[in-house]
Formats: sequence, C-alpha cells, structure tokens
Amino acid sequence: MQFLRWIFDHYSALMTPELIDPRGPRFTAGITTIVLATALLSGSWIPVFVQCVQFALGGFVSPKKAPYGLIYINLIQPRLSKDFSSEPINGPKFAQKVGFLCTVVALGGSLIGNYVTFAIAVAFALAAAFLNAVFNFCLGCEIYLIGQRVFSKKFR
Amino acid sequence: MNHLVILGIVLGVSTIFGLWYRSSRGTVKPHSSTQLTESDLNSPLGTRFTLVQFSTDFCSFCRPTRKLLEEISQAVNDVKYLELNAETKVDLVKRAKILSTPTTLILDANGIEIGRVIGVPKRDQIVDAISPMDI
Repeated sequence: MQFLRWIFDHYSALMTPELIDPRGPRFTAGITTIVLATALLSGSWIPVFVQCVQFALGGFVSPKKAPYGLIYINLIQPRLSKDFSSEPINGPKFAQKVGFLCTVVALGGSLIGNYVTFAIAVAFALAAAFLNAVFNFCLGCEIYLIGQRVFSKKFR
Repeated sequence: MNHLVILGIVLGVSTIFGLWYRSSRGTVKPHSSTQLTESDLNSPLGTRFTLVQFSTDFCSFCRPTRKLLEEISQAVNDVKYLELNAETKVDLVKRAKILSTPTTLILDANGIEIGRVIGVPKRDQIVDAISPMDI
C-alpha cells in the first residue's frame, strides 16, 4: 500500500505542471530590458552573451534556477506579499527559449561583424522583455498557436 | 544610425503596441458567427449560454481566466463553462479562427458565437454579455 502511494505521488508530481510566482518573470523581464538596452546602446556583444546565458538556463533548466530568478527568489520575493496566484512554468520557459534564440542570432551577427542582424535580434528580444515587464505581455499566449500553425503538420 | 535613436524607436514602438495590447484585451468583441455543436465540444451546451475557453500549456493567463469563468458560470443561471486544449482541438481552433490563448467564446443556446474575449476577460464584460439581470 505504501509502495502504491509512493508511485501515485511521483506520478502526480510528474503530470502536474510546476508552478511559478508570476511576479518573478516580470522582474526577470525588467532586468532583461536593462541589459538588452545596454547592448543596443553600446553595440557590445558582452551584455548579449550574459543575457544569452540567462535565457539558456531559464529556458532549458528552469527560470527559478537562472541568475535573475535566483535574485528574485532570494532578495525580492521575501519582501513581497505572499498573496498571489501561481501560474504554470511552461509559458515563462517558452519565452526564455525564444529570447535565447534571439540572443544566439545577435551573437552570430556580432561574430561576423553584421551589425544589422545584431541590432534586429537584440531589438526583438528587448521589445518582448519590455512589453512583458511594463504591460504584462505574455509571449507564449500570443505566438505559440501561430508557431504551431507554421511548424506543425496537424495545424495545416 | 545613432544607437540612442534606435533604442528610442524600439521602446517607442513597443510602448504604442503595449498600450494597444492592453486596451484590446479583456473586452467582449463581436466576431464572425462561428457555430460549435455539442459533438464538437463533446458536451451539452448551456441552456442559455456556454463560455468556451481555448487554452494551451504555454499560456500564463489561462489559469486566472479559468478561475473567473468558473465563478461566473456557478453564479449565473443556465450558463455552462467549458475549457478546451487548443493544441488538441485543432479543427475547432481553425474553424473558430483562434489565434492566441486564452480566447473565450460566448455561445448562445444553439452554439452560435455572440462574442469573444481575447486575454483575461473583465468580469463586468462577461456578465453584461450573458446575464445583465442575474448579478
């Protein structure tokens, strides 16, 4: 009986999406806005590289384990109200993956000396982060279905 | 082009888009009259209205939308709430021209769409659309 309960608890944990404090991704988006604005102003690849690492950890590991997420959890969240409605982590992870793609393109543009590619890729990631931070724009909500239409056979 | 000008353009255009985005979400808007049947929904329709929410796993606002619509459907007579996964109900997504989630369709007793809300609905918008006298 104990064994069955152990199996059930682990199965439930796997099937239930991990939840996140929704204020965390907005805080992360705020820092991202500053970092990418710095990149666009300076034309430097260094802040883009830093952001790329953040996006990679946030998108492929967990937003909670990426640098900005750790700052939020340890320094900001304890000072905020505990009254909030959690959201599934899938949306923020998806947005981080999109950001990762943008920063990889930007770094590639910087590597080959193509400023236009660099600037466009940084501008897109910056716009998405700014919209998330200021207007609570949900990238996953808006583009996921459109992406499915383009890339998925079942949507054609 | 000056880097500051580029930054200004990006933030300026984003702000304009953000203001439009914020104003366009949450309100009931008329749309082309999609009709969804009980066999489409695998469920009976509400006797007066049915609120059909299209969601995905990547949608941060689907949870608060679900919570709000469940509350309203429980408080208002003869209004049913259904939630559909947009990733699996592909044919309905295409027929109803769902582009983002959450999108909530308000169906009458015959399954004909009388309006839709993109984003988290504003409570008073839904209530006014379905039952102005009940709440």
